[in-house]
Amino acid sequence: MNLAISLHGPVSRDFAIDVDLALPLTGVTCLLGPSGSGKTTILRALAGLERRHGTIRFGDEVWQDQRHFVPAHRRRVGYVFQGAGLLPHLSVARNLDYAEKRAVEGPFAREAIVEAMGVGPLLERMPGRLSGGETQRAALARALLSQPRLLLMDEPLSALDGAARAGLIDEFARTFAEIPIPVVYVTHDETEAERLASRCVRLRGGRVESADPALKVVSSS
Amino acid sequence: MDLVIRTTAELAAVTTILLLILATPLAWWLARARHWSKEVVGALVSLPLILPPTVIGFYVLVALGPESPLMAPLHPFGIRTLAFTFEGLVIGSLFYSLPFAVQPLRTAFELIGDRPLEVAATMGAGPLDRFVTVAMPLARRGFLSAAILVFAHTVGEFGVVLMIGGAIPGETEVLSTRIYQLVESLDFAAAHRIAGGLVVFAFVTLLLLLLVERRWSVIER
Repeated sequence: MNLAISLHGPVSRDFAIDVDLALPLTGVTCLLGPSGSGKTTILRALAGLERRHGTIRFGDEVWQDQRHFVPAHRRRVGYVFQGAGLLPHLSVARNLDYAEKRAVEGPFAREAIVEAMGVGPLLERMPGRLSGGETQRAALARALLSQPRLLLMDEPLSALDGAARAGLIDEFARTFAEIPIPVVYVTHDETEAERLASRCVRLRGGRVESADPALKVVSSS
Repeated sequence: MDLVIRTTAELAAVTTILLLILATPLAWWLARARHWSKEVVGALVSLPLILPPTVIGFYVLVALGPESPLMAPLHPFGIRTLAFTFEGLVIGSLFYSLPFAVQPLRTAFELIGDRPLEVAATMGAGPLDRFVTVAMPLARRGFLSAAILVFAHTVGEFGVVLMIGGAIPGETEVLSTRIYQLVESLDFAAAHRIAGGLVVFAFVTLLLLLLVERRWSVIER
């Protein structure tokens, strides 16, 4: 059982993606690389937010191939965006409600998540009134409350300053150790990757530059 | 006098309600579609901004007349023409005020951007769910602007009303045509009262619009 990703083809006029990966469905896998290396493209394809040429399988479930494409709202993935990941017209509490109302039953309990993420004091606030770090903690809590089978994080710390960042890295590390679902974590920051990830895939120019040997799948074509 | 005011208000209210219903999907499509050809529709929708109202009135008059093929399906019901009727006025007003509904809605939908909709999708919200719970509340200022502009603009229409309405008291006579009649019969005092009243109405309407927008922008930040 793994997350099989095989994406090939143009993304924009001067950028193409060309990767074959098989990620285990445990722990934290980081996609590491400079901007323009294709890491966010892969993550968005995993979430179903973008459709690229190729195949994605989650366990024995086909998320996309030549004929099928499961849209984002049917994949049951959690996604933490780089910023602005909360619905701006709803308070933090109602953002959590929004996720909970549409979720199936799952392992994540609201009180425990709110407590663990330190979101309690923020519940009545509007997203526009949160700091960058508060926004990301609330966004992670919200993502978990949608009871995802896979957690995707897109440079969640890159918009934060040094101090807020250091604090959140610890918090994320603690959370990742406790949750029973796999995480794919996109970053360009080596220390972040080292601190949080169980394994790494290095990307450059839309290709896999290096990866733990167990991860890389040689393209069959 | 009361009758004229009532006809005018009824015409504006019915037009506003119908146009908001019709313009919402149209504006959504114009805001979200990517192909350039959508601007052909965009230009058609905006045409009434530039066309002389008498031109719109003329074509609607022809289309609603007894000889028109568009009216043929109604003949078995004993309806030969909608010209010089309240219903005919409503149809003319829909065309005349269409851009005033579509423009603010389209702009409001475009301002939302992709992010909040993607956030909602990763929480399991399908397309209709996202539209109702994310796009509509975030575009509420656009809905308010559209409603107020359509209402006020319909109150102020003259050329279209004169062409297809014929100023029949209690049916198609509205304030703007009454002013014209009063001036023709040299009753300037009565014309002043209505004209002045409309100036006050227009001012109060716009002031209300600005105050509500201001209040909403304070709440959201």
